[in-house]
Amino acid sequence: MGRKSFALPYIIWMVGFTVIPLAMIVFYGLTDRTGAFTLSNVAQIMTAEHAQALWLSVGLSVVSTLICLLLAYPLAMILKGISHSQNSLVVFIFILPMWMNSLLRTMAWQTILSNQGVLNAVLGFFGLPAVRIINTAGAIVFGMVYDFLPFMVLPIYNVLIKIGQDKVDAARDLGANGMQTFFRVIFPMSMPGVVSGITMVFVPSMTTFVISNLLGGGKVLLIGNVIEQAFTSGSNWRLGSGLSLVLMVFIFISMAVLAKYDPEGSNVI
Amino acid sequence: MIGLKKGIAYLLALAVLAAMLAGCGNAESSQEGEFKAGENGVVKVYNWGDYIDEEVIDLFEKETGIEVVYDLFENNEEMYPIIEAGGRVYDAVCPSDYMIERMIRNGLLQTINMDNVPNIEYIGQTHMQGARSFDPDNAYAVPYTFGTVGIMYNTTMVGEDEVKTWDVLWEEKYSQSLVMYESVRDSLVPALKLLGYSLNTTDRGELEEATELLVKQKPLVYSYVMDQIKDLMINGEVALGLAYSGEVLAIQEQNPDIAFCVPDEGSNYYMDAWVIPANAENKENAEAWINFLCRPEIAKMNFEYITYSTPNEGAVALLDEAYLENEDVFPEDEVIGRCEVFQYLGEEMDQYYADLWKRVKAAR
Repeated sequence: MGRKSFALPYIIWMVGFTVIPLAMIVFYGLTDRTGAFTLSNVAQIMTAEHAQALWLSVGLSVVSTLICLLLAYPLAMILKGISHSQNSLVVFIFILPMWMNSLLRTMAWQTILSNQGVLNAVLGFFGLPAVRIINTAGAIVFGMVYDFLPFMVLPIYNVLIKIGQDKVDAARDLGANGMQTFFRVIFPMSMPGVVSGITMVFVPSMTTFVISNLLGGGKVLLIGNVIEQAFTSGSNWRLGSGLSLVLMVFIFISMAVLAKYDPEGSNVI
Repeated sequence: MIGLKKGIAYLLALAVLAAMLAGCGNAESSQEGEFKAGENGVVKVYNWGDYIDEEVIDLFEKETGIEVVYDLFENNEEMYPIIEAGGRVYDAVCPSDYMIERMIRNGLLQTINMDNVPNIEYIGQTHMQGARSFDPDNAYAVPYTFGTVGIMYNTTMVGEDEVKTWDVLWEEKYSQSLVMYESVRDSLVPALKLLGYSLNTTDRGELEEATELLVKQKPLVYSYVMDQIKDLMINGEVALGLAYSGEVLAIQEQNPDIAFCVPDEGSNYYMDAWVIPANAENKENAEAWINFLCRPEIAKMNFEYITYSTPNEGAVALLDEAYLENEDVFPEDEVIGRCEVFQYLGEEMDQYYADLWKRVKAAR
């Protein structure tokens, strides 16, 4: 029984920093100013501005998740293909930017993408017309892809690396061509990694407010921004909590999907 | 049962540790108090970020022997719930006009004993008068800085005549080249003034109209920002934008092409002032602190650091001519005359304003 006490710090941690805050959000989200039970905070998601922000968030998150998947899968395949000594270096280089604060990296993109920024200076140098990306939904998708791409690559890579060459050889031996080997053997076997990658990109994309503030110039309202403003300048914690509860439904759905495909959670880094 | 006992032991250890840490804090401060001053010896100050010349804090500590515990807030809305909840207790706080009114109304402030703040005589009468819009008897607040909201523009891109009216913020030719504040009441200033309404209107029809104007403006807006306006103006990314006059001097130092104008239709005149919360534990020290900040040499130091205009006439008398000629920093009374101070409009209106802002932000 003595061993159980080792768990105490973690229990204190979880209760103090997960359970209690969650309970407070549920409490605030389901009560009104007088403390009486109400669903009105949650129902606020139906108002035009909030619903629009929610669907815009879903839309941008889906797009950025798909782009991440399309970029990450080939990269993971390449990493699997190259020799072990090389690929650890490539993986290392790939995750190196993650050691920097993501806020700073996003702010760097602000400078690169702005109208007078680095990108347009380069385009101008080659006599190409300037592009206007900053402060659009496109810039936000760009930021999401940039910030969350490693979260897609690593789980897929982790799964692919475990698929033995013997499985591929067997498929080829039984007459499958390259395409068939990929679509009928490798890809299905990598599904747990793909699903955890999708979850790990989709969930932070759904909830972000920093990327949309920095790269959207405050002109694109995502559900994360609505909640952030409810807590800060709006000083309406009940609304913020109510909308957070709605957002949590989306997160629970993606976690349920994840649990179905990757029950051990083995591929989540 | 061993596990449980151990668990309790851990908890006790934690509690003891916490108590020791808390105790240390107290012991330290009271010791220094005895060491330096006869009384308690602490003043807990809660101020905006980057809103004081830090040398002033050292000077105050050396002169009075009162230790300054200095905390920062980013905006009024963040500060308010902390004072209201009373979890952290402060002796001197520096909110803005409308927030002071809200705090007075909700009984969060106590009157200042002006006998302990003799340097208040240096504060200009125009500004004591201005402060009466939120503190009718000049009993709760001592003005610290003031300014106006206007148009900041790059003289190489925008003509001086154009910014005489707020209309310029709706000019098609400045599309993607103008910035607005990420703050509903500030951003509504141009719209309300163009329509000829009060900045403190609670008429929903008038506010709807003003909001429609902002929605119409949105496609032209480069971004809604707060502090970032500095960078955007300095490096010429945008040509003009809504701005606080207090920002101008700092920006001009880095880009001399930047100018500032308060349009003829009128604008907002804001003031930040020192107040003492009702639950303050070191009221007299707070008064000593406020009195110190009102001393002309100190007010001058602070002005030169933060560049927000000072209402302290004693400090103004010590300033270089160059500053005084800069009308952006020290507007003529006529300019202030056409400006309105924000008032606190009540919780329901706050909510309504927040909803209106959301409508602007959600518009495409």
